[in-house]
Amino acid sequence: MWRSSASFILDKHLNNKPISITHSIDSPPPPSASMADENPNPNPNPISAYYETRAAHHGIVTSEWLEQAQAAVRRYPDHDDSVSPVSGRPFSVIEEFNSWRQQPDLAEAVAAIRALAAVIRSSEATTMMELEIELKKASDTLKAWDTTSISLTAGCDLFMRYVTRTSALEFEDFNSAKSRVLGRAEKFGEISCKARRIIAILSQDFIFDGCTILVHGFSRVVFEILKTSAQNKKLFRVLCTEGRPDKTGVLLAKELAKLDIPVKLLIDSAVAYSMDEVDMVFVGADGVVESGGIINMMGTYQIALVAHSMNKPVYVAAESYKFARLYPLDQKDLEPALRPIDFNVPVPPKVEVERSARDYTPPQYLTLLFTDLGVLTPSVVSDELIQLYL
Amino acid sequence: MESRRNPRAVVDPKVRQVGFFTSSQPDSSSTQQQQQQTDPIPASASSPPVSTISPSGNSLSPVMIPPPRLNSSDTFPLRGAAAGASSAVSPSSFSYSNRRDFPDGSTTASPGRHSRGSFVKSSTPVASSLPGIGMDSMAAAKSSSVPASGLTTVSVATMPPGLAEKASGMEVQSDQKKNSKPLKEKTTKAERRAIQEAQRAAKAAAKADGGKVPPGTSASVASTSVKVAKPAKPSTQKNEVSVAAGVTEKKGGPSEKDRKKDAPHPRMQYDDESRVVKAKRRAVVKQTEAKNRVELFRHLPQYEHGTQLPDLETKFFQLDPMHPAVYKVGLQYLSGDISGGNARCIAMLQAFQEVVKDYSTPPEKNLNRDMTAKISSYVSFLIECRPLSISMGNAIRFVKNRIAKLPITLSESEAKAALQSDIERFINDKIIGADMVIVKHAVTKIRDGDVLLTYGSPTAVEMILLHAHELKKKFRVLVVDSRPKLEGQLLLRRLIKRGISCTYTHINAISYIMHEVTKVFLGASSVLSNGTVYSRVGTACVAMVASAFRVPVLVCCEAYKFHERVQLDSICSNELGDPNAISKVHGREDINYLDGLTNNANLQFLNLMYDATPSDYISMIITDYGMVPPTSVPVIVREYQKEHLLV
Repeated sequence: MWRSSASFILDKHLNNKPISITHSIDSPPPPSASMADENPNPNPNPISAYYETRAAHHGIVTSEWLEQAQAAVRRYPDHDDSVSPVSGRPFSVIEEFNSWRQQPDLAEAVAAIRALAAVIRSSEATTMMELEIELKKASDTLKAWDTTSISLTAGCDLFMRYVTRTSALEFEDFNSAKSRVLGRAEKFGEISCKARRIIAILSQDFIFDGCTILVHGFSRVVFEILKTSAQNKKLFRVLCTEGRPDKTGVLLAKELAKLDIPVKLLIDSAVAYSMDEVDMVFVGADGVVESGGIINMMGTYQIALVAHSMNKPVYVAAESYKFARLYPLDQKDLEPALRPIDFNVPVPPKVEVERSARDYTPPQYLTLLFTDLGVLTPSVVSDELIQLYL
Repeated sequence: MESRRNPRAVVDPKVRQVGFFTSSQPDSSSTQQQQQQTDPIPASASSPPVSTISPSGNSLSPVMIPPPRLNSSDTFPLRGAAAGASSAVSPSSFSYSNRRDFPDGSTTASPGRHSRGSFVKSSTPVASSLPGIGMDSMAAAKSSSVPASGLTTVSVATMPPGLAEKASGMEVQSDQKKNSKPLKEKTTKAERRAIQEAQRAAKAAAKADGGKVPPGTSASVASTSVKVAKPAKPSTQKNEVSVAAGVTEKKGGPSEKDRKKDAPHPRMQYDDESRVVKAKRRAVVKQTEAKNRVELFRHLPQYEHGTQLPDLETKFFQLDPMHPAVYKVGLQYLSGDISGGNARCIAMLQAFQEVVKDYSTPPEKNLNRDMTAKISSYVSFLIECRPLSISMGNAIRFVKNRIAKLPITLSESEAKAALQSDIERFINDKIIGADMVIVKHAVTKIRDGDVLLTYGSPTAVEMILLHAHELKKKFRVLVVDSRPKLEGQLLLRRLIKRGISCTYTHINAISYIMHEVTKVFLGASSVLSNGTVYSRVGTACVAMVASAFRVPVLVCCEAYKFHERVQLDSICSNELGDPNAISKVHGREDINYLDGLTNNANLQFLNLMYDATPSDYISMIITDYGMVPPTSVPVIVREYQKEHLLV
């Protein structure tokens, strides 16, 4: 699966263009007003940590913040060493994970992958078996830390499969085997890191001049795609849904406006109304499941349904570390990820509030998936997963 | 495919020689001269000297020939011979004959399988069109004809004399039939007449020589090898015919490979009369065919049930070649004592284990080859009892593959032990173990408060329900059943015994009951690579209603039942059950309105056993490789078969 990664396109692209499309951190951000959106309040336990993190990131993924972060990174260039437990202090994978997670443009799964790689690096195991057990324990801790995050779970599982898969490791002596595993872990982390760029380059071909794109939620991959296309001088228009309750659409609209992309904001209920003028729908994904369907922010399903009934293509942009061995049969067949919803008016007592943060879109309503493995039809997801897990 | 094409390509040049061989012989009979003048085509059909030439380049030792099981011998020397002969022929003629062969072959029988048919047909165009080359190669053949004929007599000698005669007569006739059929459209009137005449002559010849063959053929191998060859050369017609019969017999008679092909193929077209006749001749089980058959399903075998069982039971001690364990399983299939994909497959595999246990390699035989042939003959017996399911086909493929892969270095006892443990492992891993994994996966999809619908009595689903109940999940089961088998009642009985709350209904009420269902669990006889689920008849109906009600349909199927075939409907491959089962209701004399109408020409009963559910109606397939969408079946087939070779 990873061997078939389409990352070559990145290299080709870089070779072709001396002035590469810069990564978000390096891009000179246009001047902008300060962020209006605040982090949501920390919430009691049943609230999905994943969505909290997302919200936190959304609150700060602004150009200014990126600049600051960049400066911060420059100040501490050797991030790894500062965290790795050279001292006698016990190594904590969660801490490591959290420290990686602070970087807003780093997806949770990538942070987990980095953290697990750090586990290998700092491991004091003397046999492969010990190392494997240690790794397993760490990934279980990570998974338990937030059970609602699909990409975290999937990322950990994929990492474990990728790193410990071959039996050839057993025939080497431990140190070389360990360094091999470490090398793979780092490669995996690198691929995961690059994934977003690969997707952006792969999928910009689908955006043609003069098209109108409907976007739901703030997906960093979708944002990257739109940015890349805009920088390639493609002319297109974006319709952003509002993305209640955390107003992610507003945020995306603001970022796009900074890039001089014509953007229009809709309330979530206006999707069907404006579907006529839309040429394609772009959504991100929290997780891509075995059936080829996606789990994404609430509202994706209905947008896909509307688009499907009007024969508009629905494109999903998702990194391959979000491929999860899940198979929901219907909307309720998922572990619910709850989040607080602010209705701006007091909700009368005895009224129940649907607080689920995400829904499941079955594969028949999706047209294509843009992943770092290439542009796939939904049914290929299962193919890739079977090949990886069998 | 290779084995199919090989003999055809190889046979052609040899047969081509035949036509000219006869023509060049000064003392060949008048009928043959006549044939030669009018048309060379029939000459090849009835011209016997093939035998004298055919094994010319034979490289295989006669020891390799397996003994004939019924009225059969071997193709090997012939193939080798043909290959040898072909070297004398220019390549152009070779390819030409091949090309011409294809359209002809496709019009009637596939030449590879019924090599007798192809033997004749393929020969004709070349014989008539490339005389020059024919002469060349004929000469080459002549030079080597002496040892060759010795070989052919070997194969004839192994047959009981009576059988050989009978066979020879039959072969010639059937050959002619074969020959004349495909040519009808193309030949001119004169040619057709010539063919007819030739056929008549050949028939007469075959009859005439009937009594005189045995002395030559039944002689011992060593002594006849030269003796018979000599008289064959100045061939009187009688001799020619007899030897030809031997040759054709060899061609048609199943060798290890051919026997497999000649056995009623799992998907044999039963509306193809010639094949049915051929298959019947070989059959152990004599089934009487039902008279009134539905037009659309004529290609499927339909027998009157209950006629053959007593007959077979009496034969129990006479059937020498059949292993008792296989025989028992066959009878159980026939009587319906064993039904259900897994049960049938396990029973068959266990019978094969017995076979392996009791097997001892005959002297001067190769275990790998002989065992494969044995298994094939058993399989054809089982097919006669009841058509194979796809899962059984896969299991047989596995067994044969294992036999073929046995290292030659192994001693017999080691090989037998290895095979037995392989079969054991297949049963444990691919069937029983797979069910465990399926249960484990499927249980995660059952939640409290679910109403689960199932149809018929699938074993995997039963295990799932029982396991979910053990896990104290709270759910209700709706058992949907259908006439005539009413298997659901058995399931119902077992579920209720465990204290699961059940509802029982017939499929007629499915649309009414579906609205309260939350999930549908179905079993499958097979899953095909386009995602089509091939299962008990009625499954498609249940799945379609469920999908119309937006109820998820989960199909539980072990991966060994997956097949790379693609099927779009339930017509081209299916099984017909006992028509009486749907025309009568036992114990309800008051509603048996069709009494006395069973043999009415205007009434046909169609009791289909299976149907195909398109993948659109299936939400998920639960296999031992996890829960996959129906679109992923080809992936599993691919991966599984890769593993298949490794096991």
